[in-house]
Amino acid sequence: MSTYLDFEEPLKSLEEQIAQTKELGESTNVDMSEQLAELEQVLQEKTKEVFSGLTPWQRVQLSRHPDRPYTLAYIDALTNGQFIELHGDRSVKDDKAMVGGFGMIDGKSVMLIGQQKGINTKMRQYRNFGMPNPEGYRKALRLMKLAEKFNKPIITFIDTPGAFPGLEAEERGQGEAIARNIYEMMRLKVPVICIIIGEGASGGALGIGVGDKVVMLENTWYSVISPESCSSILWRSWNFKETAADALKLTSTDMRKNGLVDEVIPEPSNGAHRNPEEMFQVVKAKIKDYISELEKQDPDKRVEDRIEKFCQMGVWK
Amino acid sequence: MSWFKRSKEGITTATSDKKEVPEGLWVRCSNCKTLFTSDDLAHNNYVCDRCSHHERIGSEEYFQLIFDDGNYTEIAADLTSGDPLEFTDTKKYVDRVSATQKATGLKDAVRTAKGTIDGQKLVISAMDFQFIGGSMGSVMGEKIARGIDEAIKTNAAFMIISKSGGARMMEAGYSLMQMAKVSGKLGQLSEAKLPYISYLTDPTTGGVTASFAMLGDINIAEPGALIAFAGPRVVKETIGRDLPDGFQTSEFLLEHGFLDFIVDRTEIKQKLSLAVKMFMS
Ligand SMILES: [Zn+2]
Repeated sequence: MSTYLDFEEPLKSLEEQIAQTKELGESTNVDMSEQLAELEQVLQEKTKEVFSGLTPWQRVQLSRHPDRPYTLAYIDALTNGQFIELHGDRSVKDDKAMVGGFGMIDGKSVMLIGQQKGINTKMRQYRNFGMPNPEGYRKALRLMKLAEKFNKPIITFIDTPGAFPGLEAEERGQGEAIARNIYEMMRLKVPVICIIIGEGASGGALGIGVGDKVVMLENTWYSVISPESCSSILWRSWNFKETAADALKLTSTDMRKNGLVDEVIPEPSNGAHRNPEEMFQVVKAKIKDYISELEKQDPDKRVEDRIEKFCQMGVWK
Repeated sequence: MSWFKRSKEGITTATSDKKEVPEGLWVRCSNCKTLFTSDDLAHNNYVCDRCSHHERIGSEEYFQLIFDDGNYTEIAADLTSGDPLEFTDTKKYVDRVSATQKATGLKDAVRTAKGTIDGQKLVISAMDFQFIGGSMGSVMGEKIARGIDEAIKTNAAFMIISKSGGARMMEAGYSLMQMAKVSGKLGQLSEAKLPYISYLTDPTTGGVTASFAMLGDINIAEPGALIAFAGPRVVKETIGRDLPDGFQTSEFLLEHGFLDFIVDRTEIKQKLSLAVKMFMS
């Protein structure tokens, strides 16, 4: 069963109507193609209408849509199943909220890493809601170093409500783990491509988010804090999440406008969650373009440019 | 927030106001309640004689404490925040900044300065917690970056004294990227084979902990400082029970392997000088 957010409701009834009309045509053997074409047309227009006027808060809701594809779905589609998942940080354990491994994209071997959310209630628990512990960041770094050793490009998929704020996470150095990743990613000698596919919450996102190309899918958010937490801290109430979402300028459009990400990847007209196959194809084409562009550069120059890019981020008088 | 209170009026005294505090004023250690004259306390670098409690102090006090004869040259002293997002919460960000500047006499939450320590070149970026909680925005990132550039240019050791609640929300995405920016600059410092000493003081949390504060060639801390990624309140809410005693203190981090050592403020100059000598000689 698909889930519809409140502002998607008009689409739900149209889609239901289309399904019923199809069914009616099949069961009665009457040609409904004209009616169907008309309904499809209405649906398309309505979709355009709904998705063109999204507020920042609605984008945040879309980024968390339960039908949205998660990291492993992208990896599976991009590699056509040619993927070897690698586990563990070689020190404490295997973090299920962070996945990664070697994959083959149209004959090219790459390292794929990302936060992983669960696809149902049980798996959400198992994946810790996409909130990695330090072991997740250390596993990610181990895999990135492995990729560097064998001169393979790195692609990270960012989708996290934040690094896990638990007791053991603090004990085992959540701060140090994220810091180390940011520092090391800045210096990796291979191309690094980071794609925000859902939620990009703060340091937990940046911990796998330093790259030559940092790009956001259209209906995602990326900022220093979630709108809910921002509301609770700055407005001392949970009721200002929409206002906070506006104020933080966290949408892909605003982040691109402010030069904090390199590009926005458009989603299918009805969102990645309604049309994952199309989304996968778009992402795959982009990744291939980025890799061929970045591989032309000298590795030292690429690192220098990467550092310079982040050094340009900031506004002061 | 100051640990010491004027005993008479009972109002909080900001420590960077020390020069303005009338001589002979009595202050009380908030930990053990011992009374001191403000002069005695300043003389002991705001560390309680009785219980060793370290009061929060600002960049000026650290510069006075560490640089030879208290002499230093400030770098990029005049940088102030822009307001790229035109951010407003319950107050306009620009108003918050200018009100804080007026109240503290500071331009932002960090100051960078160069000087010497026992004759050895040293650049320090030191935070001021009284400036919007020592929060990290674009100015902090840039001032630290300029400090690193200066250290590389003059072949000096580099130190950050962290005292921050983390990223500055009012600069949102820009604040977040300062973590990456400073980390990139630290990589350049490392390439130049110059030492980076991270001194963590109370409190060091959030994005500062999750970036440069944890990346020192040596990480050292003042005793009893709160050092955390997620603050204690958030962790407590997450796990749904009380936190163990001493959780997220300097001593806890030392025990778990994230600090090289803890050093009393009164001994920092001596220890730091020796460390710089070990690296640079
Ligand atoms: Zn005391």
